Amino acid sequence: MVVNAVEINDVCVKFNKHPVLQDINLSIEINDFLAIIGPNGGGKSTLLKIILGLVTVDQGEVKIFGEDPGNPSNPIGYLPQHVSFDPDFPINVFETVLSGRYHGFFKKYSDEDRIKVTDALREVGMLEMQDRQMSQLSGGQMQRVFIARAIVREPKLLLLDEPMASIDPEMQNSFYNLLLKLRERMAIVLVSHDVGAVSSHVENIACLNRKLYYHGAVEYAAASLEKMYKCPIDLLSHGIPHRVLKKH
Amino acid sequence: MTGILEYSFMQNAFLAAVLVSVACGLVGTYVVIKRIVFISGGISHAAFGGIGLGYFLGINPIMAAIPFSILSSLIMGITSKKVKISEDTAIGILWSFGMAIGIIFINLTPGYVPDLMSYLFGSILTVPVNDIIIMFLLDLIIIITVLLFYREFQGISFDEEFSQVIGMPTTYIYLLLLSMVALSVVVMIKVVGVILVIALLTIPAAIAKQYTYKIGHMMVLAVILGIILTIGGLFVSYIFNLASGATIVLVLSLGFICSSVIQKLRNAL
Ligand SMILES: Nc1ncnc2c1ncn2[C@@H]1O[C@H](COP(=O)(O)OP(=O)(O)OP(=O)(O)O)[C@@H](O)[C@H]1O
Ligand SMILES: [Mg+2]
Repeated sequence: MVVNAVEINDVCVKFNKHPVLQDINLSIEINDFLAIIGPNGGGKSTLLKIILGLVTVDQGEVKIFGEDPGNPSNPIGYLPQHVSFDPDFPINVFETVLSGRYHGFFKKYSDEDRIKVTDALREVGMLEMQDRQMSQLSGGQMQRVFIARAIVREPKLLLLDEPMASIDPEMQNSFYNLLLKLRERMAIVLVSHDVGAVSSHVENIACLNRKLYYHGAVEYAAASLEKMYKCPIDLLSHGIPHRVLKKH
Repeated sequence: MTGILEYSFMQNAFLAAVLVSVACGLVGTYVVIKRIVFISGGISHAAFGGIGLGYFLGINPIMAAIPFSILSSLIMGITSKKVKISEDTAIGILWSFGMAIGIIFINLTPGYVPDLMSYLFGSILTVPVNDIIIMFLLDLIIIITVLLFYREFQGISFDEEFSQVIGMPTTYIYLLLLSMVALSVVVMIKVVGVILVIALLTIPAAIAKQYTYKIGHMMVLAVILGIILTIGGLFVSYIFNLASGATIVLVLSLGFICSSVIQKLRNAL
């Protein structure tokens, strides 16, 4: 039996007694390419943080490749929605990506690590800026560096929280191509608001607004998704089209 | 002027200046880039509780300050992470609590309390050999720890959440870093005193940060700047017969102002 990359059963999460996620059941297979969509505050980032072990659940069970979340050996790559760092922090692009190759205490970075960093920087088109200080990058360039930092680990599960925010259209295209290449080796979960662009690339879609309203193939969701785009907030936050969407 | 080198207390003072600069260069770099200046201020003031305890027990106050300031740094670190009160409130409370403990212990100590002022305001000219040895050993621990945990300290300073995701026990590393702050506070107490320690811990690193974008370079530069500025302050205090700790801090501050002005001018050109 193949272990799923992510197995979430009956999970509830509360922040200050306020339910943020409710009755979530979601399994992600090891070669899945899943987009999570939903309105602001719908719990998308929180869901990723559960998988990462950064947020603990109040109820239910989460397994990552059969292990508990937060286990350091979980092969996860992560692009946070926001990285808040001191803009003057003394670190350059190469070092930032290299930190993604961290192996544990007392283990130095090897030549192989450096080669992987170079490869990752090339893939996001930031190789010629590898010596730049992080504060001297534009927002989109920073985002690319953090994408490189996520993929340089060669994870088995890649979690990307709004990777396309502040990425220009040309780079978005080549980034989707990169993801298509990567997905042969890993499960990919990406959070996005640009449902149109996402749905033409990913395999499955999950609609999240506190509860999981839909999870399944893109083709299957196409009709309902088309409706949703016309007034996405309405549909997602009031849940009118539950009948249309297959209940998970 | 050269005559003063002959006095052994001057030699001790120079040694102390170097030892202090090593601690402030290495640990101060993290204090500045991780922005833990306030918690470091809290740790340095709380260390006074250890000084008082030392007097009370009749042991070397510096020795007593070591466990005391490590303990208070751990309490501050854990409180700021785990307890749902704002971090600066927790630090503010422990800051004054540590000082109050120190004052009470000194109160309870029978008889005359020698050198109390030197722990409060520093006295680089009267650092005894014993304390120099303690400072040296603490520096050694700091250097080894920074070398061993360089990647981890950089990770939690830059992006704590990501560091946790890639398997660093970030809370423990943070507490280890705060313990290093505590040790460097102890190294510096005799030179500038608990009240002014924070100047040594921040100013050389803050100046160095204006000139480099590499943590390693920043540390080396901060050590060198620390040596130049503390010894500069030492001379100034000797010539004008001023309190050494305060003079060193004044020279450090002047150094920072000059460097900032130079930077501004360089950018303007
Ligand atoms: N640390 C926190 N403490 C308290 N409430 C939180 C915390 N983090 C998130 N929340 C709340 O949880 C809910 C879900 O937040 P989350 O960040 O997961 O939303 P999201 O779907 O990622 O939204 P966005 O599209 O804006 O990124 C929000 O209502 C938010 O207010
Ligand atoms: Mg989010």
